[in-house]
Amino acid sequence: MKILVCVKRVPAPGARINVTEDGFEVDSTHLGFTTSPHEECAVEEAVQLVESHGGEVTAITLGPEAAEEQLRYAASVGVNNLILLPIGEPDWDPQKTADALTKAITEIESSEGVFDLILFGNESADSGGFQVGIRVSHQLGRPIVNGIKNVEITDNEVEAQREIDGGFEVYKLPLPAALGVKEGINLPRYPTMKGRLASKKAELKTLELSAEDGGQKRNKLHRPEEQVSETVILGNGPEAAPAIVDLLEELGVLQ
Amino acid sequence: MTLLVLCDHDRGVVSDSAFEALTFARSIANSENISLQAVLIGQGSEQAAESVISFGVEIVNVASHECLTDYGPEVWGETLTQIANETSAKIIVSCGTDRGNEVLAHVAARLEMPFLANCRKIQIENDSSTATRIQWGGSLLEDVTSNAEVQIFSVEHHSTEAEAGASSGNGSIVEFKPELDSSLTRTLVVDRVVRTHGITLTTAPVVVGGGRGVGSAEAFAPLEELAEEIGGVVGCSRAVTNNGWRPHSDQVGQTGNRISPEIYIASGISGAIQHWVGAMAAKNILAINTDPEANMVTKAGYAVLGDLHEVIPAITAEVRSRRNA
Repeated sequence: MKILVCVKRVPAPGARINVTEDGFEVDSTHLGFTTSPHEECAVEEAVQLVESHGGEVTAITLGPEAAEEQLRYAASVGVNNLILLPIGEPDWDPQKTADALTKAITEIESSEGVFDLILFGNESADSGGFQVGIRVSHQLGRPIVNGIKNVEITDNEVEAQREIDGGFEVYKLPLPAALGVKEGINLPRYPTMKGRLASKKAELKTLELSAEDGGQKRNKLHRPEEQVSETVILGNGPEAAPAIVDLLEELGVLQ
Repeated sequence: MTLLVLCDHDRGVVSDSAFEALTFARSIANSENISLQAVLIGQGSEQAAESVISFGVEIVNVASHECLTDYGPEVWGETLTQIANETSAKIIVSCGTDRGNEVLAHVAARLEMPFLANCRKIQIENDSSTATRIQWGGSLLEDVTSNAEVQIFSVEHHSTEAEAGASSGNGSIVEFKPELDSSLTRTLVVDRVVRTHGITLTTAPVVVGGGRGVGSAEAFAPLEELAEEIGGVVGCSRAVTNNGWRPHSDQVGQTGNRISPEIYIASGISGAIQHWVGAMAAKNILAINTDPEANMVTKAGYAVLGDLHEVIPAITAEVRSRRNA
Protein backbone atom coordinates (compact mmCIF):
# COMPACT_ATOMS: atom_id res chain seq x y z
CA MET A 1 0.00 0.00 0.00
CA LYS A 2 0.99 3.60 -0.58
CA ILE A 3 0.95 5.93 2.40
CA LEU A 4 1.53 9.68 2.49
CA VAL A 5 2.49 11.42 5.74
CA CYS A 6 2.25 15.21 6.09
CA VAL A 7 4.72 16.65 8.58
CA LYS A 8 5.59 20.11 9.90
CA ARG A 9 8.90 21.53 11.09
CA VAL A 10 8.42 23.29 14.44
CA PRO A 11 10.77 24.84 17.01
CA ALA A 12 11.66 22.69 20.04
CA PRO A 13 11.21 25.05 22.99
CA GLY A 14 12.36 24.42 26.54
CA ALA A 15 11.08 26.20 29.60
CA ARG A 16 9.97 29.39 27.87
CA ILE A 17 9.06 30.57 24.37
CA ASN A 18 10.35 33.94 23.26
CA VAL A 19 8.86 36.00 20.48
CA THR A 20 10.82 38.02 17.89
CA GLU A 21 10.95 41.80 18.29
CA ASP A 22 8.32 42.41 15.60
CA GLY A 23 6.07 39.96 17.46
CA PHE A 24 5.48 37.92 14.36
CA GLU A 25 7.29 34.68 15.02
CA VAL A 26 8.79 32.48 17.69
CA ASP A 27 12.37 33.61 18.28
CA SER A 28 14.23 30.47 17.30
CA THR A 29 17.75 31.93 17.61
CA HIS A 30 18.62 29.57 20.45
CA LEU A 31 16.23 26.75 19.59
CA GLY A 32 16.57 23.52 17.70
CA PHE A 33 13.82 22.27 15.42
CA THR A 34 11.88 19.05 15.39
CA THR A 35 8.93 17.32 13.75
CA SER A 36 5.62 18.21 15.39
CA PRO A 37 5.06 15.33 17.90
CA HIS A 38 1.75 13.99 16.55
CA GLU A 39 3.35 13.87 13.09
CA GLU A 40 6.46 12.10 14.32
CA CYS A 41 4.06 9.37 15.44
CA ALA A 42 2.26 9.51 12.07
CA VAL A 43 5.59 8.77 10.37
CA GLU A 44 6.21 5.81 12.69
CA GLU A 45 2.68 4.49 12.11
CA ALA A 46 3.08 4.69 8.33
CA VAL A 47 6.42 2.86 8.48
CA GLN A 48 4.93 0.14 10.70
CA LEU A 49 1.91 -0.31 8.41
CA VAL A 50 4.18 -0.72 5.39
CA GLU A 51 6.41 -3.14 7.30
CA SER A 52 3.41 -5.41 7.88
CA HIS A 53 1.40 -4.83 4.69
CA GLY A 54 4.12 -3.97 2.15
CA GLY A 55 4.25 -0.83 0.02
CA GLU A 56 5.97 2.49 0.47
CA VAL A 57 5.79 5.68 2.48
CA THR A 58 6.11 9.22 1.18
CA ALA A 59 6.64 12.17 3.51
CA ILE A 60 5.68 15.67 2.43
CA THR A 61 6.24 18.99 4.15
CA LEU A 62 5.32 22.57 3.37
CA GLY A 63 7.85 24.86 4.98
CA PRO A 64 11.17 26.63 4.72
CA GLU A 65 14.07 25.03 2.83
CA ALA A 66 15.47 24.01 6.21
CA ALA A 67 12.51 21.62 6.64
CA GLU A 68 14.66 19.26 4.60
CA GLU A 69 16.05 18.29 8.02
CA GLN A 70 12.67 16.87 9.08
CA LEU A 71 12.23 15.02 5.79
CA ARG A 72 15.73 13.47 6.11
CA TYR A 73 14.86 12.43 9.65
CA ALA A 74 11.72 10.71 8.30
CA ALA A 75 13.92 8.90 5.77
CA SER A 76 16.26 7.80 8.55
CA VAL A 77 13.40 5.92 10.26
CA GLY A 78 12.15 4.21 7.12
CA VAL A 79 10.28 6.66 4.84
CA ASN A 80 10.99 5.98 1.16
CA ASN A 81 10.14 9.21 -0.71
CA LEU A 82 10.60 12.83 0.34
CA ILE A 83 8.78 15.87 -1.02
CA LEU A 84 9.39 19.48 -0.02
CA LEU A 85 7.00 22.31 -0.85
CA PRO A 86 9.27 25.27 -0.13
CA ILE A 87 7.81 28.55 1.10
CA GLY A 88 9.58 31.65 2.34
CA GLU A 89 9.04 32.63 5.92
CA PRO A 90 6.64 33.20 7.55
CA ASP A 91 4.15 30.37 7.91
CA TRP A 92 1.30 30.20 5.44
CA ASP A 93 -2.20 30.42 6.88
CA PRO A 94 -4.18 27.16 7.19
CA GLN A 95 -6.36 27.69 4.10
CA LYS A 96 -3.37 28.52 1.92
CA THR A 97 -1.40 25.57 3.33
CA ALA A 98 -4.30 23.19 2.68
CA ASP A 99 -4.79 24.44 -0.88
CA ALA A 100 -1.11 23.99 -1.71
CA LEU A 101 -1.02 20.50 -0.18
CA THR A 102 -4.14 19.50 -2.08
CA LYS A 103 -2.60 20.67 -5.35
CA ALA A 104 0.62 18.83 -4.61
CA ILE A 105 -1.14 15.59 -3.71
CA THR A 106 -3.33 15.78 -6.81
CA GLU A 107 -0.24 16.32 -8.96
CA ILE A 108 1.69 13.44 -7.39
CA GLU A 109 -1.28 11.08 -7.59
CA SER A 110 -1.94 11.87 -11.24
CA SER A 111 1.44 10.46 -12.20
CA GLU A 112 2.10 7.91 -9.48
CA GLY A 113 -1.31 6.63 -8.42
CA VAL A 114 -3.58 7.24 -5.44
CA PHE A 115 -2.33 7.06 -1.85
CA ASP A 116 -4.34 4.44 0.03
CA LEU A 117 -3.88 6.34 3.26
CA ILE A 118 -2.89 9.91 4.09
CA LEU A 119 -1.77 10.57 7.67
CA PHE A 120 -1.79 14.00 9.31
CA GLY A 121 -0.97 15.04 12.85
CA ASN A 122 -4.09 15.92 14.84
CA GLU A 123 -2.84 19.50 15.15
CA SER A 124 0.54 21.18 14.83
CA ALA A 125 2.49 21.77 18.05
CA ASP A 126 3.03 25.46 17.31
CA SER A 127 0.04 27.11 15.62
CA GLY A 128 -2.50 24.42 16.56
CA GLY A 129 -5.02 25.25 13.83
CA PHE A 130 -6.83 21.85 13.92
CA GLN A 131 -7.88 22.07 10.26
CA VAL A 132 -5.31 21.48 7.52
CA GLY A 133 -5.87 17.70 7.30
CA ILE A 134 -9.63 18.14 7.22
CA ARG A 135 -9.51 20.84 4.52
CA VAL A 136 -7.20 18.74 2.33
CA SER A 137 -9.32 15.59 2.74
CA HIS A 138 -12.50 17.50 1.99
CA GLN A 139 -11.01 18.90 -1.21
CA LEU A 140 -9.80 15.44 -2.22
CA GLY A 141 -13.23 13.98 -1.41
CA ARG A 142 -11.75 11.51 1.08
CA PRO A 143 -13.04 10.51 4.51
CA ILE A 144 -11.05 11.71 7.51
CA VAL A 145 -11.34 11.25 11.26
CA ASN A 146 -9.13 13.10 13.75
CA GLY A 147 -7.75 12.14 17.16
CA ILE A 148 -6.75 8.60 16.14
CA LYS A 149 -4.70 6.45 18.53
CA ASN A 150 -5.02 3.03 16.93
CA VAL A 151 -5.04 1.98 13.26
CA GLU A 152 -5.65 -1.38 11.61
CA ILE A 153 -5.87 -2.09 7.90
CA THR A 154 -8.16 -4.82 6.61
CA ASP A 155 -8.86 -5.45 2.90
CA ASN A 156 -10.30 -2.17 1.68
CA GLU A 157 -10.92 -0.60 5.05
CA VAL A 158 -9.08 1.09 7.83
CA GLU A 159 -10.33 0.61 11.37
CA ALA A 160 -9.37 3.54 13.55
CA GLN A 161 -9.88 4.23 17.23
CA ARG A 162 -10.18 7.60 18.87
CA GLU A 163 -9.61 8.00 22.59
CA ILE A 164 -12.47 9.58 24.52
CA ASP A 165 -12.93 9.96 28.27
CA GLY A 166 -13.10 6.41 29.62
CA GLY A 167 -12.63 4.52 26.36
CA PHE A 168 -12.46 4.59 22.57
CA GLU A 169 -14.74 5.36 19.64
CA VAL A 170 -14.32 2.98 16.71
CA TYR A 171 -14.50 4.13 13.08
CA LYS A 172 -14.28 2.12 9.85
CA LEU A 173 -13.28 4.12 6.80
CA PRO A 174 -13.21 2.83 3.21
CA LEU A 175 -9.84 3.28 1.50
CA PRO A 176 -8.52 5.60 0.20
CA ALA A 177 -8.85 7.54 3.43
CA ALA A 178 -7.11 10.04 5.67
CA LEU A 179 -6.57 10.14 9.44
CA GLY A 180 -5.41 12.75 11.93
CA VAL A 181 -3.32 10.86 14.49
CA LYS A 182 -2.27 11.69 18.04
CA GLU A 183 0.88 11.04 20.00
CA GLY A 184 0.55 7.79 21.93
CA ILE A 185 -0.53 5.77 18.87
CA ASN A 186 2.99 4.28 19.02
CA LEU A 187 6.43 4.95 20.40
CA PRO A 188 8.52 6.32 17.52
CA ARG A 189 11.78 4.47 16.94
CA TYR A 190 15.17 6.14 16.97
CA PRO A 191 17.05 6.17 13.68
CA THR A 192 19.80 3.60 13.31
CA MET A 193 23.28 4.60 12.12
CA LYS A 194 22.54 2.82 8.84
CA GLY A 195 19.26 4.72 8.54
CA ARG A 196 20.98 8.03 9.17
CA LEU A 197 23.58 7.40 6.50
CA ALA A 198 20.98 6.27 3.95
CA SER A 199 18.80 9.32 4.65
CA LYS A 200 21.58 11.64 3.56
CA LYS A 201 21.52 10.08 0.10
CA ALA A 202 17.73 9.76 -0.19
CA GLU A 203 16.28 11.62 -3.14
CA LEU A 204 14.38 14.75 -2.22
CA LYS A 205 11.87 16.11 -4.67
CA THR A 206 10.93 19.79 -4.60
CA LEU A 207 7.59 21.07 -5.88
CA GLU A 208 7.13 24.80 -6.32
CA LEU A 209 3.50 25.73 -5.75
CA SER A 210 1.53 28.88 -5.32
CA ALA A 211 -1.77 29.36 -3.50
CA GLU A 212 -4.11 32.18 -2.59
CA ASP A 213 -3.99 33.74 0.86
CA GLY A 214 -6.76 32.60 3.18
CA GLY A 215 -8.94 34.90 5.26
CA GLN A 216 -6.91 35.00 8.47
CA LYS A 217 -3.93 37.21 9.22
CA ARG A 218 -1.60 37.12 12.19
CA ASN A 219 -1.16 40.46 13.91
CA LYS A 220 1.25 39.38 16.59
CA LEU A 221 2.32 36.69 18.99
CA HIS A 222 2.69 37.35 22.69
CA ARG A 223 3.14 35.44 25.90
CA PRO A 224 0.19 35.24 28.29
CA GLU A 225 0.59 37.25 31.46
CA GLU A 226 2.44 35.10 33.91
CA GLN A 227 0.95 34.77 37.32
CA VAL A 228 3.83 35.61 39.54
CA SER A 229 3.59 33.35 42.53
CA GLU A 230 5.95 33.10 45.43
CA THR A 231 6.93 29.50 45.90
CA VAL A 232 6.48 28.38 49.50
CA ILE A 233 9.34 26.04 50.35
CA LEU A 234 7.92 23.40 52.65
CA GLY A 235 11.31 22.00 53.55
CA ASN A 236 14.28 19.96 52.44
CA GLY A 237 14.32 16.22 51.84
CA PRO A 238 12.22 13.62 53.70
CA GLU A 239 12.03 15.86 56.79
CA ALA A 240 9.47 17.91 54.82
CA ALA A 241 6.94 15.04 54.93
CA PRO A 242 4.92 16.33 57.94
CA ALA A 243 4.58 19.77 56.31
CA ILE A 244 3.43 18.15 53.06
CA VAL A 245 0.82 16.04 54.84
CA ASP A 246 -0.36 19.15 56.73
CA LEU A 247 -0.92 20.76 53.34
CA LEU A 248 -2.82 17.73 52.01
CA GLU A 249 -5.04 17.78 55.11
CA GLU A 250 -5.63 21.50 54.73
CA LEU A 251 -6.73 21.00 51.12
CA GLY A 252 -9.06 18.21 52.24
CA VAL A 253 -7.73 15.66 49.77
CA LEU A 254 -6.81 12.92 52.24
CA GLN A 255 -9.45 10.23 52.13
CA MET B 1 -28.89 36.45 10.78
CA THR B 2 -27.92 34.04 13.52
CA LEU B 3 -25.15 33.05 15.86
CA LEU B 4 -25.12 29.25 15.91
CA VAL B 5 -23.61 27.29 18.79
CA LEU B 6 -22.87 23.65 18.11
CA CYS B 7 -23.74 21.79 21.32
CA ASP B 8 -21.93 18.50 21.68
CA HIS B 9 -23.87 15.74 23.33
CA ASP B 10 -23.39 12.05 23.77
CA ARG B 11 -26.64 10.37 22.81
CA GLY B 12 -28.76 13.00 24.54
CA VAL B 13 -26.49 14.08 27.39
CA VAL B 14 -25.17 17.57 26.70
CA SER B 15 -21.50 17.92 27.54
CA ASP B 16 -20.32 20.63 29.94
CA SER B 17 -18.18 22.05 27.16
CA ALA B 18 -21.35 22.99 25.24
CA PHE B 19 -22.49 25.16 28.15
CA GLU B 20 -19.13 26.96 28.12
CA ALA B 21 -19.56 27.72 24.41
CA LEU B 22 -23.14 28.91 24.98
CA THR B 23 -22.02 31.22 27.78
CA PHE B 24 -19.20 32.68 25.66
CA ALA B 25 -21.46 33.09 22.62
CA ARG B 26 -24.31 34.68 24.56
CA SER B 27 -22.31 37.79 25.37
CA ILE B 28 -21.42 38.18 21.67
CA ALA B 29 -25.06 37.69 20.62
CA ASN B 30 -26.13 40.33 23.13
CA SER B 31 -23.57 42.92 22.06
CA GLU B 32 -24.13 42.22 18.34
CA ASN B 33 -27.90 42.08 18.80
CA ILE B 34 -28.07 38.84 16.87
CA SER B 35 -30.24 35.77 17.41
CA LEU B 36 -28.53 33.19 19.65
CA GLN B 37 -29.38 29.71 18.42
CA ALA B 38 -28.19 26.29 19.47
CA VAL B 39 -27.63 23.31 17.19
CA LEU B 40 -28.14 19.74 18.34
CA ILE B 41 -27.49 16.95 15.91
CA GLY B 42 -28.60 13.33 15.83
CA GLN B 43 -30.19 10.85 18.18
CA GLY B 44 -31.02 12.15 21.63
CA SER B 45 -31.13 15.79 20.52
CA GLU B 46 -34.69 16.27 21.70
CA GLN B 47 -33.92 15.25 25.28
CA ALA B 48 -30.86 17.50 25.15
CA ALA B 49 -32.81 20.54 23.92
CA GLU B 50 -34.40 21.43 27.27
CA SER B 51 -31.07 21.80 29.09
CA VAL B 52 -29.77 24.05 26.34
CA ILE B 53 -32.78 26.43 26.38
CA SER B 54 -32.00 27.50 29.96
CA PHE B 55 -28.83 29.11 28.60
CA GLY B 56 -30.86 31.83 26.96
CA VAL B 57 -31.06 30.63 23.38
CA GLU B 58 -33.87 31.87 21.15
CA ILE B 59 -34.13 28.75 19.03
CA VAL B 60 -32.73 25.25 19.34
CA ASN B 61 -32.23 23.72 15.91
CA VAL B 62 -32.66 19.98 16.29
CA ALA B 63 -31.42 18.03 13.29
CA SER B 64 -32.56 14.50 12.66
CA HIS B 65 -31.99 12.14 9.75
CA GLU B 66 -31.62 8.40 9.29
CA CYS B 67 -27.89 8.93 8.68
CA LEU B 68 -27.47 10.65 12.07
CA THR B 69 -27.52 7.54 14.21
CA ASP B 70 -24.34 8.52 16.06
CA TYR B 71 -21.49 11.01 15.92
CA GLY B 72 -19.66 11.38 12.62
CA PRO B 73 -17.46 14.34 11.68
CA GLU B 74 -18.65 14.49 8.08
CA VAL B 75 -22.42 14.11 8.71
CA TRP B 76 -22.23 16.57 11.62
CA GLY B 77 -20.17 19.03 9.59
CA GLU B 78 -22.50 18.79 6.59
CA THR B 79 -25.61 19.17 8.78
CA LEU B 80 -24.23 22.22 10.58
CA THR B 81 -23.27 23.76 7.22
CA GLN B 82 -26.83 23.32 5.94
CA ILE B 83 -28.30 24.89 9.10
CA ALA B 84 -25.84 27.77 8.72
CA ASN B 85 -27.01 28.36 5.15
CA GLU B 86 -30.67 28.00 6.09
CA THR B 87 -30.48 30.50 8.98
CA SER B 88 -28.01 32.90 7.28
CA ALA B 89 -25.53 32.33 10.08
CA LYS B 90 -23.04 35.12 10.62
CA ILE B 91 -21.14 33.43 13.44
CA ILE B 92 -20.64 29.73 14.18
CA VAL B 93 -19.18 28.68 17.53
CA SER B 94 -18.37 25.53 19.45
CA CYS B 95 -16.17 24.60 22.36
CA GLY B 96 -12.59 23.71 21.42
CA THR B 97 -12.92 20.02 22.23
CA ASP B 98 -11.81 17.22 19.90
CA ARG B 99 -15.28 17.10 18.40
CA GLY B 100 -15.90 20.85 18.39
CA ASN B 101 -12.70 21.64 16.53
CA GLU B 102 -13.21 18.72 14.18
CA VAL B 103 -16.78 19.62 13.16
CA LEU B 104 -16.02 23.33 12.75
CA ALA B 105 -13.05 22.50 10.51
CA HIS B 106 -15.42 20.49 8.32
CA VAL B 107 -17.87 23.40 8.22
CA ALA B 108 -15.08 25.87 7.38
CA ALA B 109 -13.84 23.60 4.60
CA ARG B 110 -17.35 23.41 3.14
CA LEU B 111 -18.04 27.14 3.40
CA GLU B 112 -14.45 27.99 2.34
CA MET B 113 -14.09 30.30 5.32
CA PRO B 114 -11.29 30.70 7.88
CA PHE B 115 -11.56 28.81 11.16
CA LEU B 116 -9.97 30.10 14.36
CA ALA B 117 -9.44 27.27 16.83
CA ASN B 118 -9.30 27.77 20.60
CA CYS B 119 -10.02 31.47 21.06
CA ARG B 120 -9.91 33.22 24.41
CA LYS B 121 -11.30 36.54 23.23
CA ILE B 122 -13.05 37.72 20.10
CA GLN B 123 -14.29 41.05 18.83
CA ILE B 124 -16.69 41.00 15.87
CA GLU B 125 -16.95 43.91 13.43
CA ASN B 126 -19.09 43.51 10.34
CA ASP B 127 -17.20 41.11 8.06
CA SER B 128 -14.12 40.81 10.19
CA SER B 129 -13.14 39.75 13.66
CA THR B 130 -10.12 40.17 15.86
CA ALA B 131 -9.40 37.24 18.12
CA THR B 132 -6.86 36.08 20.64
CA ARG B 133 -6.28 32.36 20.27
CA ILE B 134 -3.90 29.96 21.94
CA GLN B 135 -0.80 28.46 20.38
CA TRP B 136 1.57 25.90 21.88
CA GLY B 137 -1.31 24.61 24.03
CA GLY B 138 -1.57 28.00 25.77
CA SER B 139 2.10 28.92 26.22
CA LEU B 140 1.76 31.55 23.55
CA LEU B 141 -1.13 33.71 22.32
CA GLU B 142 -1.80 34.82 18.76
CA ASP B 143 -3.74 37.98 17.93
CA VAL B 144 -5.36 37.33 14.59
CA THR B 145 -7.72 39.13 12.24
CA SER B 146 -10.15 37.12 10.19
CA ASN B 147 -11.94 38.55 7.18
CA ALA B 148 -14.96 36.43 6.39
CA GLU B 149 -18.69 36.67 5.81
CA VAL B 150 -19.13 33.85 8.27
CA GLN B 151 -16.98 33.93 11.41
CA ILE B 152 -16.18 30.39 12.56
CA PHE B 153 -14.32 29.86 15.80
CA SER B 154 -14.04 27.58 18.80
CA VAL B 155 -13.70 28.68 22.42
CA GLU B 156 -10.73 27.32 24.36
CA HIS B 157 -12.03 24.57 26.66
CA HIS B 158 -12.11 25.59 30.36
CA SER B 159 -11.48 29.28 29.56
CA THR B 160 -15.11 30.24 30.23
CA GLU B 161 -17.19 29.33 33.25
CA ALA B 162 -20.62 28.03 32.20
CA GLU B 163 -23.46 30.23 33.44
CA ALA B 164 -27.16 29.76 32.68
CA GLY B 165 -28.81 32.78 31.08
CA ALA B 166 -31.38 34.65 33.18
CA SER B 167 -32.98 36.45 30.26
CA SER B 168 -35.10 34.93 27.51
CA GLY B 169 -35.61 31.38 28.72
CA ASN B 170 -38.59 30.96 26.39
CA GLY B 171 -36.63 29.45 23.52
CA SER B 172 -38.39 27.23 21.05
CA ILE B 173 -37.35 24.03 19.35
CA VAL B 174 -37.22 23.95 15.56
CA GLU B 175 -36.78 20.67 13.74
CA PHE B 176 -34.35 20.56 10.84
CA LYS B 177 -34.16 17.83 8.22
CA PRO B 178 -30.79 17.98 6.48
CA GLU B 179 -30.28 16.46 3.04
CA LEU B 180 -27.53 13.92 3.54
CA ASP B 181 -25.90 11.61 1.08
CA SER B 182 -25.56 8.19 2.68
CA SER B 183 -21.91 8.03 1.56
CA LEU B 184 -21.09 10.50 4.36
CA THR B 185 -21.85 7.84 6.96
CA ARG B 186 -18.40 6.42 6.11
CA THR B 187 -17.04 8.34 9.14
CA LEU B 188 -19.78 7.48 11.67
CA VAL B 189 -18.83 5.95 15.02
CA VAL B 190 -19.53 2.24 14.51
CA ASP B 191 -18.64 0.95 17.97
CA ARG B 192 -17.31 1.98 21.37
CA VAL B 193 -14.72 0.34 23.60
CA VAL B 194 -15.29 1.10 27.26
CA ARG B 195 -12.37 0.96 29.64
CA THR B 196 -13.89 0.81 33.05
CA HIS B 197 -11.96 2.29 35.83
CA GLY B 198 -12.97 4.75 38.51
CA ILE B 199 -11.04 7.96 38.70
CA THR B 200 -8.97 9.03 35.73
CA LEU B 201 -6.15 11.54 35.33
CA THR B 202 -8.60 14.19 34.22
CA THR B 203 -10.98 13.67 37.17
CA ALA B 204 -8.61 12.74 40.02
CA PRO B 205 -8.42 15.12 43.03
CA VAL B 206 -4.71 14.32 43.46
CA VAL B 207 -2.19 13.52 40.75
CA VAL B 208 1.24 12.22 41.70
CA GLY B 209 3.46 13.03 38.74
CA GLY B 210 6.90 11.72 37.92
CA GLY B 211 9.44 12.89 35.37
CA ARG B 212 12.83 11.93 34.07
CA GLY B 213 14.14 12.22 37.63
CA VAL B 214 12.26 9.05 38.62
CA GLY B 215 14.81 7.12 36.59
CA SER B 216 13.05 3.91 35.54
CA ALA B 217 9.70 2.18 35.15
CA GLU B 218 10.26 0.25 38.41
CA ALA B 219 11.04 3.42 40.32
CA PHE B 220 7.42 4.54 39.83
CA ALA B 221 6.30 1.96 42.45
CA PRO B 222 6.59 4.40 45.39
CA LEU B 223 4.58 6.98 43.41
CA GLU B 224 1.88 4.35 42.82
CA GLU B 225 1.91 3.53 46.50
CA LEU B 226 1.47 7.16 47.53
CA ALA B 227 -1.27 7.72 44.95
CA GLU B 228 -3.15 4.68 46.20
CA GLU B 229 -2.76 5.73 49.83
CA ILE B 230 -4.27 9.18 49.23
CA GLY B 231 -6.85 8.36 46.55
CA GLY B 232 -4.96 9.81 43.60
CA VAL B 233 -3.56 8.62 40.31
CA VAL B 234 -0.09 8.65 38.78
CA GLY B 235 0.79 10.93 35.88
CA CYS B 236 4.07 11.52 34.07
CA SER B 237 5.98 13.76 31.70
CA ARG B 238 6.73 13.19 28.03
CA ALA B 239 10.31 12.16 28.81
CA VAL B 240 8.89 9.24 30.77
CA THR B 241 6.61 7.97 27.98
CA ASN B 242 9.38 8.50 25.41
CA ASN B 243 11.56 6.22 27.54
CA GLY B 244 8.79 3.64 27.60
CA TRP B 245 8.53 3.75 31.42
CA ARG B 246 4.78 4.52 31.44
CA PRO B 247 1.98 4.29 28.85
CA HIS B 248 1.14 7.46 26.93
CA SER B 249 -2.31 7.55 28.57
CA ASP B 250 -0.51 8.61 31.79
CA GLN B 251 1.13 11.60 30.12
CA VAL B 252 0.33 15.10 31.33
CA GLY B 253 0.97 17.87 28.81
CA GLN B 254 0.25 19.53 25.49
CA THR B 255 0.13 16.23 23.63
CA GLY B 256 -1.20 14.25 26.60
CA ASN B 257 -3.80 14.91 29.29
CA ARG B 258 -4.87 18.29 30.67
CA ILE B 259 -5.33 17.80 34.40
CA SER B 260 -7.10 19.99 36.96
CA PRO B 261 -6.73 18.27 40.37
CA GLU B 262 -6.90 19.94 43.78
CA ILE B 263 -3.17 19.29 44.01
CA TYR B 264 -0.55 18.11 41.56
CA ILE B 265 2.55 16.64 43.17
CA ALA B 266 5.19 17.02 40.45
CA SER B 267 8.28 15.06 41.34
CA GLY B 268 11.47 14.95 39.33
CA ILE B 269 9.87 17.06 36.60
CA SER B 270 11.82 20.01 35.22
CA GLY B 271 8.69 21.66 33.82
CA ALA B 272 9.18 22.27 30.09
CA ILE B 273 6.36 24.38 28.67
CA GLN B 274 4.75 21.39 26.96
CA HIS B 275 4.33 19.77 30.38
CA TRP B 276 3.36 22.97 32.14
CA VAL B 277 0.35 23.66 29.86
CA GLY B 278 -1.09 20.27 30.80
CA ALA B 279 -0.62 20.92 34.53
CA MET B 280 -1.33 24.63 34.90
CA ALA B 281 -5.06 24.14 35.57
CA ALA B 282 -4.21 22.30 38.81
CA LYS B 283 -5.49 24.30 41.80
CA ASN B 284 -2.26 23.73 43.71
CA ILE B 285 1.12 22.46 42.60
CA LEU B 286 3.77 20.95 44.86
CA ALA B 287 7.11 20.47 43.12
CA ILE B 288 9.62 17.98 44.52
CA ASN B 289 13.00 18.47 42.94
CA THR B 290 16.69 18.56 43.81
CA ASP B 291 17.15 21.63 41.59
CA PRO B 292 15.83 24.86 43.16
CA GLU B 293 16.09 26.56 39.75
CA ALA B 294 13.90 24.01 37.94
CA ASN B 295 11.03 25.66 36.09
CA MET B 296 8.54 23.48 37.96
CA VAL B 297 9.90 24.65 41.31
CA THR B 298 9.86 28.36 40.46
CA LYS B 299 6.33 28.18 39.02
CA ALA B 300 4.79 25.96 41.71
CA GLY B 301 2.95 27.35 44.73
CA TYR B 302 4.78 24.87 47.00
CA ALA B 303 8.08 23.11 46.72
CA VAL B 304 10.22 20.63 48.58
CA LEU B 305 13.90 20.57 47.72
CA GLY B 306 15.15 17.05 47.81
CA ASP B 307 15.38 13.65 46.20
CA LEU B 308 11.95 12.33 45.27
CA HIS B 309 13.13 8.79 46.00
CA GLU B 310 13.41 9.79 49.67
CA VAL B 311 10.59 12.35 49.87
CA ILE B 312 7.77 10.31 48.27
CA PRO B 313 8.10 7.26 50.59
CA ALA B 314 8.36 9.65 53.56
CA ILE B 315 4.99 11.23 52.61
CA THR B 316 3.38 7.80 52.38
CA ALA B 317 4.82 6.82 55.77
CA GLU B 318 3.62 10.07 57.34
CA VAL B 319 0.06 9.62 56.00
CA ARG B 320 0.00 6.05 57.33
CA SER B 321 1.32 6.95 60.74
CA ARG B 322 -1.30 9.72 61.14
CA ARG B 323 -4.04 7.29 60.12
CA ASN B 324 -2.87 4.80 62.73
CA ALA B 325 -2.48 7.40 65.44
